[in-house]
Amino acid sequence: MLVSILHRISGDGMAIVGLGVLLWWLGALAGGPDAYATFQSWMWADLAALEWSGAEIFYSIIKIILKIVVIGLSWAFFNHLCSGLRHFVLDVGAGYELDSNKMWSIASPIIAILLTAGFWATILYL
Amino acid sequence: MGNGTSLGKVRGLGSSHEGAHHWLVQRFTAIGNVVLTIWLVASIILLPDMAYGTWSEYLSGGVPATAMILLIICVFWHAHHGLQVLIEDYVHTPGNKFAALALVNLAAVGGAVAGIFFVARIVMTAQGDAAAEGALAELQNQMGAR
Repeated sequence: MLVSILHRISGDGMAIVGLGVLLWWLGALAGGPDAYATFQSWMWADLAALEWSGAEIFYSIIKIILKIVVIGLSWAFFNHLCSGLRHFVLDVGAGYELDSNKMWSIASPIIAILLTAGFWATILYL
Repeated sequence: MGNGTSLGKVRGLGSSHEGAHHWLVQRFTAIGNVVLTIWLVASIILLPDMAYGTWSEYLSGGVPATAMILLIICVFWHAHHGLQVLIEDYVHTPGNKFAALALVNLAAVGGAVAGIFFVARIVMTAQGDAAAEGALAELQNQMGAR
């Protein structure tokens, strides 16, 4: 049941939030270097450069939340991909034996977390 | 097939209306999404950074631009179907349900068209820049030759 709920949450989360970010990213690329700098300063802010005085505190908190949103979207992608591939197998009528069904319903979200961690490790450290 | 209960009358007939088509489109677009989103994630990993220059140059190429446009169509279509099912499962008041479905239709088509326009503009900006650079170089050549 958890895989099903996570599939819907990650899918609809990406549909509502992720596609907005995708459009902002493409729109910023289309808009030019200044627009792109604005996009980056919000969605992937330099944490060391955040200011913590006056109204800037409000913006800094939003920028930290947006960074968590980006990481959350990457998890949503890998989670939806894994449970989606599981759906393909179930759609052809395979994998309904209790033990294999249970095994993949547990493995799918765990593989998704490992892929998310691997994705960020590759980007940040390779 | 029974003719007593209402369930008995419809059992075995398959889904009514557009159900089967909706189900199939959700799968067809899912297959496309697997291919196209893995291309995008691989590009994010393999390109040196997320800088403006890197990505505007990459996406102005024919194959990446085509892939991105296909991704936009496929992903927005899939997202539309996913959100439609979400609404059909949780919004039961007829008026609210119609309004929510209308909003999802507009947002999905509008978002996809905007995304395709952005890719087209990225490509045309790169071509315009290249043409301007070429013209400038030619002008400098002519001035140097004089």
